[in-house]
Amino acid sequence: MPEKVIMPQLGESVVEGTLIKWLVKEGDRVEEFDSLMEVESAKVNTEIPSPATGTLLKILVEEGNTVKAGTILGWIGDPEEKIPTGDGNYVEEVYSETTQPIQTQSEVVASKQDIGRNRDLGFISPVVARLARENNIDLSLIQGTGNNNRITKKDVLQFIEKSGGSEVDSETPAWETPGEGDLFRPTELQFPDRFKSTQPAVGKIEEKVSPTKVQTPVSSGDQIIPLTKMRKAIADHMVMSKHTSPHVTTVMEADMKLVSNHLKINKELFSRQGIRLTYSSYFVAATALALRAYPLVNSSWTENGILVKNAINIGLATSLEEEGLIVPVIKNADGYSISGLARVIGDLVNRARSHQLKPDDVTDGTFSITNHGTAGSLFATPVINQPQAGILGVGAIKKRVVVINDAIAIRPMVYLSFTFDHRILDGSTADNFLAKIVSVLENWQ
Amino acid sequence: MPEKTMVEAIRDAMDEELERDENVFIVGEDVGQRGGVFRATVGLFDKYGADRVIDSPLAELSIVGVGIGAALYGMKPICEIQFADFIYPAFNQIISEAAKMTYRSNGTWTVPMVIRAPYGGGIGGGLYHSQSVEAFFAHIPGLKVVIPSSPYDAKGLLKSAVRDPNPVIYLEPKKGYRLIKGEVPDEDYVVPIGPARVSRSGEDLTIFAYGMMHYYALQAAEQLEQEGYSAEVVDLRTIYPVDQKTILDSVKKTGKALIVHEDNLTGGYGGEIAAIIAEHGFHDLDAPVRRLAGPDVPAVPFSHPMQEWFMVNPEKIFKSALELARY
Amino acid sequence: MELSSELKKEMYWMMLLSRRLDERAWVLHRQGKIAFHISGIGHEAAQVGAAFALKRGHDWVTPYYRDLALMVSLGLTPEEFMLSLMGKAGEPSSGSRQMPSHFGLRRVNAVSHSAPVATQAVHAAGIGLAIKIKKEKKVVLTTIGEGSTSQGEWYEAVNWAAVHQLPVIFLVQNNQYAISVPPEMQMAVKSAADKACGLGLPGQMIDGTDVIAVYEIISELAEAARNGKGPALVEAKMYRITPHSSDDDDRTYRSREEVEENKKFDPLLLTKARLIDEGIYTEKDLEDLDKKAKQMVTDAVKTAEEAPYPAAEEAAYPVYAEEVPNA
Repeated sequence: MPEKVIMPQLGESVVEGTLIKWLVKEGDRVEEFDSLMEVESAKVNTEIPSPATGTLLKILVEEGNTVKAGTILGWIGDPEEKIPTGDGNYVEEVYSETTQPIQTQSEVVASKQDIGRNRDLGFISPVVARLARENNIDLSLIQGTGNNNRITKKDVLQFIEKSGGSEVDSETPAWETPGEGDLFRPTELQFPDRFKSTQPAVGKIEEKVSPTKVQTPVSSGDQIIPLTKMRKAIADHMVMSKHTSPHVTTVMEADMKLVSNHLKINKELFSRQGIRLTYSSYFVAATALALRAYPLVNSSWTENGILVKNAINIGLATSLEEEGLIVPVIKNADGYSISGLARVIGDLVNRARSHQLKPDDVTDGTFSITNHGTAGSLFATPVINQPQAGILGVGAIKKRVVVINDAIAIRPMVYLSFTFDHRILDGSTADNFLAKIVSVLENWQ
Repeated sequence: MPEKTMVEAIRDAMDEELERDENVFIVGEDVGQRGGVFRATVGLFDKYGADRVIDSPLAELSIVGVGIGAALYGMKPICEIQFADFIYPAFNQIISEAAKMTYRSNGTWTVPMVIRAPYGGGIGGGLYHSQSVEAFFAHIPGLKVVIPSSPYDAKGLLKSAVRDPNPVIYLEPKKGYRLIKGEVPDEDYVVPIGPARVSRSGEDLTIFAYGMMHYYALQAAEQLEQEGYSAEVVDLRTIYPVDQKTILDSVKKTGKALIVHEDNLTGGYGGEIAAIIAEHGFHDLDAPVRRLAGPDVPAVPFSHPMQEWFMVNPEKIFKSALELARY
Repeated sequence: MELSSELKKEMYWMMLLSRRLDERAWVLHRQGKIAFHISGIGHEAAQVGAAFALKRGHDWVTPYYRDLALMVSLGLTPEEFMLSLMGKAGEPSSGSRQMPSHFGLRRVNAVSHSAPVATQAVHAAGIGLAIKIKKEKKVVLTTIGEGSTSQGEWYEAVNWAAVHQLPVIFLVQNNQYAISVPPEMQMAVKSAADKACGLGLPGQMIDGTDVIAVYEIISELAEAARNGKGPALVEAKMYRITPHSSDDDDRTYRSREEVEENKKFDPLLLTKARLIDEGIYTEKDLEDLDKKAKQMVTDAVKTAEEAPYPAAEEAAYPVYAEEVPNA
């Protein structure tokens, strides 16, 4: 079924936007993430990428018009697909306060037939919730067969049987699953205008950057994958970052026993309040404390000197699977309790998956964390998210034999790698910072 | 093994217990020469005499009260209330006296007695020959409340009730007296008071019922089978004190519960089962607990169409169960 | 046959001890040491006379709440009564589960009773039925106030006993008040004994302040009942000298003059005078007896005050006569 193109909400409190220019003509083909139109709002002027690959079937809002956020601007799909009736005409959709669009009847039916991250799972019965929890199942992967396609106990049991147990790790939010090797999608590429106005160091750096051209011989049978805008943007940022900061990586390990206990004890308690508690909250909390203890890590290199940030805003590299990566930012991460963090992270991750992040959600990061461990990676040397001073890599938590007080114990251990900008930090500060994170995690109460 | 009706099994149980223990006696209206209006005591007067099969004055309060007195003396009275609808005059004796005697005397006095009462509608009995009264008594600590749904259980449970050292309310689904038949051993056996019985094993949902509704539930389960759903059926048998384990085990297995009773819904016994499941089986539930019960009108009306409107039947159970299975 | 002096002395002692216990209960209540007392002052002659007419531990009794003197005569000790007033552990009728004066004493076949009136009369009929079935030579005494003979339960009980010719003596203690309501508001007949003719058993009215007369008449009726001559109804007249209970204010419904006038017929004073007249006791003897009774009461209070309360957890038991799963 065709995908709708809607007027995005370009920033907090922005309720409408003006369609400046369609970059694709009706009837033309467009790739997902390629720019589709230019939109202007009170806060942002931006190119909006296409939400899908296909043909722009219909333009409903002509250039120059100002419409409310959520309004359907057009439809993208296969040329022979019909635009759903009821939604085929100019329809204004009103966002509720939580920015969830009010669903029309046809959309409800449609979304429940799909399996995917974006769908409404419907009623989750107590036993389904329990089975999912016990078997680490991501319910969004299960097709429901119950009333209104709700997921029944049987559906879950069949899924477990088919998947041969609990291989799907639903404990892991999307942002903790590995991407394609690129650690994150630079935020400034998503929102270039905003980035330019708030990130002082970048303009100068860009001028210096000139990626080396390498001649690559092409043999028969080789294939060239065309570069998408996003692929190119990521590549540019990575090269720019590597050229900008002298990267140094230091690695320590942490005993996660106390954190793991705390998580076990509180998981169900939190889930009753609708909060999904994962390890992420603990890493963010520990990092925030360490940043507070070593403020120099929470900084940016500028021509005028080292800009030490007051706010601790921690970005979390979140995989959008095939689509790439995005780094939603937990603003003032040091101001939350563990439950508050879990709530904020859950919200950001959910919205990242459902493409409902707002520009505010992905800007102003002062530090980043990437969890590359979910596929088993022990430690990595991530690339710094410019213009920040460092990035924390979280490896896989694995039970290992460790020596404690000259006795052998089995403990859930994790390697933490800290990659830092050697222009700003020296080894000792970096090690102290990382040791602080380890200490917080190991002494979790 | 001979096939018998419910009422024959009940008669056999009393016959055997009268024979076994000289302290056992029957008291009630028309239980003597007449053999009871439902013929549950037929032949016993001739066999055991007027001292042990006693026609009482037409007053339910004293059928029970006199029974309590005899029980205090060490006898084992079987008090017959002609219709459960007529048990209310005896309510004070049952609730204030029989149920509380052991507790209020710190165990020095006990009341080993059985109160038999035919209950339930669907027999053209109108408001006052059709009522289901179990919820009143299943609320009262000190009483045991037993409702058989098969001839085998009817005999075994009644014999257990007679031998029980406490007051036992034994409610008989009168519509099933002759409708429900089954194999009943001639020899002495008891079915213990307390345990429920999984009368049909299934996977997709559990139907909890007792008495006539259990009989119907089995029929509904057959129908569900044809629709491709496998229903487990639990015959509660003893509704107080109830067998929580069997209930919760079944819910754990199927994740869905339909509770059926003929008594009207509000404040009905099904609420207790629903509460047990909600309290202790919440994490096993795959659907909201469902109750199917008689409507909240004062009692079963007489005229046939109105009676059928009231009554829960296999078709209604099937429909409700099917919705639940598809949930 | 003239009664022996020893018997008269024993009966007087029981009346005296009961009176002193009753009086002390009022004092304890006014001192704030106990929560409740319901009094039998004025009833001693009828109760003691009736108790002495029974074979203790052989015959049966279903008493009511005003029967302190009856119970003391049967064997309730002063300590046990004080334990009940204070709700202490070891109280024999209910382990202090019931309020004081809700009697019951297994060792003398005195059955536990409740607070709704006349329930015990039906139990007496049932006990009588059991005695009859077992062909034993025993009698059941059931006591009640005149107000409670208005209760349907009482009529059903008397009717049962009359129909089945059961060995039951229905003793009505007419003390002129049912809390505040006089007999003419309870019945259209002059005496509860007159109700007998409508129910088909012998009925007679006797002087409830004359312990010897009560003893002689009840003895005769009891012996007849034991020998299969059937039940009897007796109304003993007396005057309730105290308010209904510790919470009652009788000035709201009767004059002080009326109470003073009736104190002339205090059965304890009448019996005392009679024993002096007959030369069985001297004034000095009676003073010594009184001192002895008061000392026993004082000792009983002390014992009860030092006794422990029951453990709170005991309140969970015994709901059933045996250990019951799920209960």
